[in-house]
Amino acid sequence: MNTSAAAELDRWIRFTPAQRLARFAVFFGLVAVVAWALKTIEIIPEFLYDAPEQVVDMGRRMWPVDWAHFWPVVWPALVETMHIAAMATILGLIMGIPVGFLAAKNATPVWWLNAIARFILVATRSISTLIWALFFVAMFGPGPLSGALAIAFHSIGFIGKMFSEGVEEANRGSIEALQAVGASRMQLILMGYWPMVLPTFWSVALFRWDINVRESVVLGLVGAGGIGMALNAAIDLIQWDRVSLVLFTIFVVVILIETIVTQIRKRVI
Amino acid sequence: MSSPDTKLSIRHLVKEYVPGKPVLKDISLDIEGRGITAIIGPSGTGKSTLIRCINRLINPTSGEIMFEGRDLAKLSGTPLREARRRIGMVFQEYNLVERLTVMENVLSGRLGYVSAWTAWRRKFDDADIQKAFALLKRVGLADFANRRADELSGGQRQRVGIARAVMQSPGLLLADEPTSSLDPKTSVEIMEVMRDLAAENSIPVMINIHQVELGKRYAQRIIGMSGGLVVYDGAPDGLDADILKKIYGGQDWLAT
Repeated sequence: MNTSAAAELDRWIRFTPAQRLARFAVFFGLVAVVAWALKTIEIIPEFLYDAPEQVVDMGRRMWPVDWAHFWPVVWPALVETMHIAAMATILGLIMGIPVGFLAAKNATPVWWLNAIARFILVATRSISTLIWALFFVAMFGPGPLSGALAIAFHSIGFIGKMFSEGVEEANRGSIEALQAVGASRMQLILMGYWPMVLPTFWSVALFRWDINVRESVVLGLVGAGGIGMALNAAIDLIQWDRVSLVLFTIFVVVILIETIVTQIRKRVI
Repeated sequence: MSSPDTKLSIRHLVKEYVPGKPVLKDISLDIEGRGITAIIGPSGTGKSTLIRCINRLINPTSGEIMFEGRDLAKLSGTPLREARRRIGMVFQEYNLVERLTVMENVLSGRLGYVSAWTAWRRKFDDADIQKAFALLKRVGLADFANRRADELSGGQRQRVGIARAVMQSPGLLLADEPTSSLDPKTSVEIMEVMRDLAAENSIPVMINIHQVELGKRYAQRIIGMSGGLVVYDGAPDGLDADILKKIYGGQDWLAT
């Protein structure tokens, strides 16, 4: 340390001028996008001013909750929703697991099969449940079957992707040992990969079931049956006390399922 | 030329992971139909590659590996699987399927002989099941048949690995550093189990080993490798300080 060094302090500059310009450009761009979006969605101020009033009004109409409506209508609809979700999850697993094995590079060392499987995974996942539902409603008409199929097909991508990642993490040594024994490719999958990825399988199955219950509620809104349809009917008939009943039921069920899934995952997997 | 007792005959075996940089440089060896052959040598000298070329977990670049009338180096598909059934292998990390039971792991040794569907339903032959029980008893794990493999200690897992390999009724047993993950006492126990089982079933054994003393103690023949070449091939007694220096290089590590 001497005085001359103290006089000529090293200057530290966090960003180069080019970086500063780039940062400003990004910031400017963001502001422009928000401004443009606000202009496009045309907010009508009058509707905003009386929003609190509307909320209070709706709350009043939702109360008291029409509990009597639960057993005759909401409960059967809820059971149907759960059935749609269970069906969809099982179908999704049956279709998604084989595709998952085909997509895993270690279990299927054939690049074009990997490519096809990956395409199926991306395609099924990127088409939303609602689009699948439109497709199946056109084929089988509205109802629980179309709903279950729509959710099942949308599930393939998620299930297959998560599962193939699990397969790719399987212990290579164990597989090598089975290869050394003279096992066939099918035997490697059944006696090697499958036991190793069983925890992944259960975790994916539970997680997807949880998601599918919520999906089947939404699908009900467009006529696929279940509690969503009960909600839609109540809204159409302006029976707000019944709407609140359905919303409350959904809320309780979702929390319940979340708790069950978390507990099972914690204890079993 | 090979003698009639030759079980495995390797000729001019070369393996290059990177073209032009051979790990194995022209290896030629004959393994007889009995006894233990230990391969020693520094890390990275191709011991493991040599062992793995034999059952084709690694594909050799060129050369010939004659075993039971077939050139293993040229096989693929079903003939390769049929040849692999005849070669047992024991691994450093045991390589069991950890979430299966001990019994299932031992019976996996028969996978080459049953269909995938049969294996999936665990419908193995009674004779195979009897043999598996006998082997488990032999390696001292009679009461562990229904325990999951991941509940066992390292030494116990390696015993299961050996039982799985012997379950194949192989014509040759390969062992890739079978004791390197085990403590000294367990290492000796594992070597004894392997020696005894191989002798009882008249299976010749080829074993990669880091511990020279263990190799000298159990093998009838020592192959010293260095830089991808065989630099010593002979009786354990012949391994003197000069030869060890030739194999491992340097001499400071040799206690005088």
